[in-house]
Amino acid sequence: MYRYNDFDADFVAQRNRQFRQQVARRIDGSLTEDEFKPLRLMNGLYLQLHAYMLRVAIPYGTLNSAQMRQLAYLAERFDKGYGHFTTRQNIQYNWPKLPDVPDMLDALAEVEMHAIQTSGNTIRNVTADHFAGAAADEIADPRPVAELLRQWSTDHPEFQFLPRKFKIAVTGSPNDRAVIKAHDIGIQVVEQDGRIGYRVLVGGGLGRTPMIGKELADFVSQQELLPYVEAVVSVWNLLGRRDNKYKARIKITVHEHGIEQIRGLVEERFKETRAAFNGADLAIFEQIKPQFAPPAFRNAPTDAFDRAYEADPVFRSWADTNLAQHRAPGYAIAQISIKAHGQTPGDATAEQMRVMADIASEFGHDELRISHEQNVILPHVHKSDLPEIHARLKAHGLATANIGKISDIIACPGMDYCALATARSIPVAQQIATRFDELKIENDIGDLKIKISGCINACGHHHVGHIGILGLDRAGVETYQITLGGDHTENAAIGQRTGPGFGYDEIVPAIERLVGAYLEHRTDPAETFLQTYRRLGMAPFKAALYDSEQSRVAAE
Amino acid sequence: MPRAFTPKVITANALIEGDVIYLTANDDWTRDLARAEILTDEAHAELRLIEASQRHHEAVGVYLADVAKGDKGPEPTHFREDFRRTGPSNYAHGKQEERV
Repeated sequence: MYRYNDFDADFVAQRNRQFRQQVARRIDGSLTEDEFKPLRLMNGLYLQLHAYMLRVAIPYGTLNSAQMRQLAYLAERFDKGYGHFTTRQNIQYNWPKLPDVPDMLDALAEVEMHAIQTSGNTIRNVTADHFAGAAADEIADPRPVAELLRQWSTDHPEFQFLPRKFKIAVTGSPNDRAVIKAHDIGIQVVEQDGRIGYRVLVGGGLGRTPMIGKELADFVSQQELLPYVEAVVSVWNLLGRRDNKYKARIKITVHEHGIEQIRGLVEERFKETRAAFNGADLAIFEQIKPQFAPPAFRNAPTDAFDRAYEADPVFRSWADTNLAQHRAPGYAIAQISIKAHGQTPGDATAEQMRVMADIASEFGHDELRISHEQNVILPHVHKSDLPEIHARLKAHGLATANIGKISDIIACPGMDYCALATARSIPVAQQIATRFDELKIENDIGDLKIKISGCINACGHHHVGHIGILGLDRAGVETYQITLGGDHTENAAIGQRTGPGFGYDEIVPAIERLVGAYLEHRTDPAETFLQTYRRLGMAPFKAALYDSEQSRVAAE
Repeated sequence: MPRAFTPKVITANALIEGDVIYLTANDDWTRDLARAEILTDEAHAELRLIEASQRHHEAVGVYLADVAKGDKGPEPTHFREDFRRTGPSNYAHGKQEERV
């Protein structure tokens, strides 16, 4: 993984010193809140509903054990013993006090982390496939490019006051696990005539106007990528709507001007940016690449895994659900669910973080990942170690076998924490997970993605959930709208609204009726919820939701 | 016809801790909504809001929140203010923690 050089370390230390002084001046009254707010936001510090919130970047979701242990320390020392992993591969602390934040940033800097550009109208944390460097279907590890983009965008003088925030995601596999089509720029590693290059998508995004990204270029070479991306952001920086924040994102610019005109403007601008790049980016890229070299995989028998798989049904269930195929023989990618039934999606306690760090250092080549689905990944584990890993996870409430299942819910913090939210998300997710655990039909239901947002900004990615839930305020009452048929993969699709929303007490029974309709209508257990929806359309699900007679039948 | 003024309290977040706070009739900030001053006169409420907004060394994001008069003082009329009063749903943190 990438290690800071002297420049990086000095840069972060200087920023922290600067912010420490700014906090001191805010507390002693030298700065008003109007003066201080943009400064704290530049360092990832928000003021939310009940407290401050510090958002820390986890670049492309990659962590080592020391970093995870430091995140645990921050949770324990400065928060209430837990941290919240988000859909943008960040971690958020929900309860810091203002005077403590400079110390938190210094502690992060000790392990080469920071909170710069995790807020504001700038290029945010660059995200990537959480299986990067490990996935069997990968063309190339997307993280060196993500790191190059991170270095280029951090404190980029032209892009600190963009029309709105800007999100870039990178995948190295044709099977998209980074939701690139719902990002301002989505980058996919591709191979053409034996050459590695990049497909560039633009104008995707969720929020109040959800859109799927459009292809801007089918192949951009390594030499051209950074000047090309710079040209895209530069064109939007000029064209982007600053008169209306709701129309400021690049998806609106692309929609209003059309992809052909945007492509033309980008190519025109690219000629200028290309000339300004003197090859330093390529030299940096060559320095970055070896830092993401795969670990030394060992060649060992997998008998211990096979024996445990045969003998222990609990281990078998976990292995079947939570493991993914690794590129190296004898290895697996282990997904740790931090969504035990009834728990807050994305929350991990300090103790759990330390357990995961210990397992990574002992069995996992010192690597961890945070997925956009709010889980933790051990990207490189030998199968022979999995029974021991599973036992340790189980002892700390981390062995829930529900990855990809109905209780593996993405949920934004919602109105329990977020000042922007219009309704709660977390308790809805908790109740759905608990209800389907009680019903004991989670495995029978199979793959089903529920995603919940507590407001129209869609941090919970509800638009691309197979079942999406959007919490709203309707005349002073929490109301939940349902969408169906969303897809976050390479076949990305925006879900369609079913109809009127449901009250807080009605939403879990409504989801139960929806799932009941799926179980009734699927051709066989291999047909997923999404496939059934695509085959039958909205009608049977709408009937289950809104037709009282059919609802009763579906519920029985 | 202008809408009738409904009872309000002045609320904000504390500068240091970020906690939800309310202004009392004695010009103190309290964490307990029941102790907040209920403002029933629009002109008086606007004046109190201006005064409170100037205390930027103590409070952040000062605004008027709707309440109803209850037996034990002001009660929130909107669920957002109710959550601000109590703390998050998923843990006994914030105001709930203090009560424990």
